[in-house]
Amino acid sequence: MKYEPVIGMEVHVELSTKSKVFCGCSTNFHAPANSNVCPVCLGMPGVLPVINKRAVEMSVMVGLALNCTISRWSKMDRKNYFYPDLAKNYQISQYDLPLCHDGFIDIKANGTSKRIGITRAHLEEDTARNTHTIGGGDSGVDFNRCGVTLLEIVTEPDIRGAEEAFAYLTELKQLLRYLDVSDCNMEEGSLRAEANISIRPTGTESFGTKTEVKNVASFSGIQKAIEFEIARQAKLIDEGGKVVQETRGWDADRGITFSQRAKESAHDYRYFPDPDLVPIVVDEAWEGRIRESLPELPQARRARFESGYGLSAYDAGVLTAEKEMADYYEAVVKQGCAPKQAANWLSVELQALLTEHKQELTASKVTADRLAAMLKLIEDGTISGKIAKEVLLDMFESGKEPKAIVEEKNLVQISDTSAIESAAREVIAANPGPVAEFRSGKEKTFGFLVGQLMKATKGKANPQMANEVLRKVLKETE
Amino acid sequence: MAKITKADVEYVAGLAQLTLDEATKEKLVGEMGDILAYMDKLNELNTDGIEPTMHVLEMSNVFREDEVQPSLDREAALANAPKTDGEYFLVPKILDTGDE
Repeated sequence: MKYEPVIGMEVHVELSTKSKVFCGCSTNFHAPANSNVCPVCLGMPGVLPVINKRAVEMSVMVGLALNCTISRWSKMDRKNYFYPDLAKNYQISQYDLPLCHDGFIDIKANGTSKRIGITRAHLEEDTARNTHTIGGGDSGVDFNRCGVTLLEIVTEPDIRGAEEAFAYLTELKQLLRYLDVSDCNMEEGSLRAEANISIRPTGTESFGTKTEVKNVASFSGIQKAIEFEIARQAKLIDEGGKVVQETRGWDADRGITFSQRAKESAHDYRYFPDPDLVPIVVDEAWEGRIRESLPELPQARRARFESGYGLSAYDAGVLTAEKEMADYYEAVVKQGCAPKQAANWLSVELQALLTEHKQELTASKVTADRLAAMLKLIEDGTISGKIAKEVLLDMFESGKEPKAIVEEKNLVQISDTSAIESAAREVIAANPGPVAEFRSGKEKTFGFLVGQLMKATKGKANPQMANEVLRKVLKETE
Repeated sequence: MAKITKADVEYVAGLAQLTLDEATKEKLVGEMGDILAYMDKLNELNTDGIEPTMHVLEMSNVFREDEVQPSLDREAALANAPKTDGEYFLVPKILDTGDE
């Protein structure tokens, strides 16, 4: 039978507040185990959590960027369960009145645009980290992460395949990075995604039984896990079996999902309002101030790059994928460089060097000012595009100004006709064979001769002039 | 009308990770039933047009600024741990089902 997948995503993102959400402990990820802890995040009796204002503001920023309604009045609730990652046996979260609800995000997948509904985004605390590699059959618990600001973003079951799920995560991460509310580092766990997956016969409306896939370390891993899970469920049903509602993990090495725990009779978390924390009221004025503080968001910037700089949708997408890249690009263009040329040098040439040397753009010695200065040298004819690659590499390594490199290495382009002409005569004299071939009609040989001319001028001849002059001299000497 | 059955008591005890003897279970069937019966009494009140009370405190927006304060020394943090290796709180091996 033909099936249609129905997928909803839950993303937990650690917001980059300096201190934890309910106490003043640092959120530094790299601190030694159990050194960023206090009576509040250790869950000692008698303590009083106080909410971090910045955590609320960041949550509202995300909510607004996801086109959510911001709750005028919301509260914190206790979610009760026993697990060693929470010493007080409940997690402070939000139940029926989340800070943000009923939004959407537009994604592009399979070449078309699609709107994914956002059910809610609510504020909560992260839990402690369990380590299983301790000797002696014990598990170790590190409370540094316990109490770190966490925002849980839940979508509607609008996602129809692994590719859409990947596109959603990519779009969401980009948005969060633009808002500068999280580093979204999956390896350090600051962004964690789970997928609720079910399938139903194509064309039907009711939902099938879902499984929840979690603990996947990368977006591509989630994409593969979803693909696997869809196929597994389809095979199961085709063979007359039934999907069991359960949590499944992802084994990246074997490329399979595996059962972690049956969800018997759903969890009973017995939520109730946390009496230690007072309600959060976000009035119109506060929401307005937060809305005004929002930076330009990726989709708007992409559209502006296309219309304002005349870039292709592809180039605009590449340049705006990371906020740092987009900022860099605009800094270059602002200096009067041609937008298309700047796009090409940044996203192709410089990017290739960055990738090769595993370097971040912001750490590169090729600053926006230096790249702009180099592009100007190309535009005013001082150097050719070919020579510019050499200059770029030098700048990348040495951090020198492009003008200094050009002077030092004597790379100024030869635009002097007589100099190119004499070089052309030498090339013709030295290559009688190819010249004869060219004259007998083999146009292809011309390319070889131009190459020889460029070589004779050490690549410094103005390429267009080299072409013209060589043709002219070939004709004259026929 | 029996509001609470023994099965309900056992379920709630299970959630709280409590082991109860038979006599206590019987006692709780009665006590929890009484509590729910009182709720029925409250339900007799006409609450039309009355805003639900979502929280008992009248205050709102008590915040702290996002500033880092000193944490406990690790030694102090681990002082009351039943078992520790000096770095971690040690607990009996847990199966990582990764609840949250």
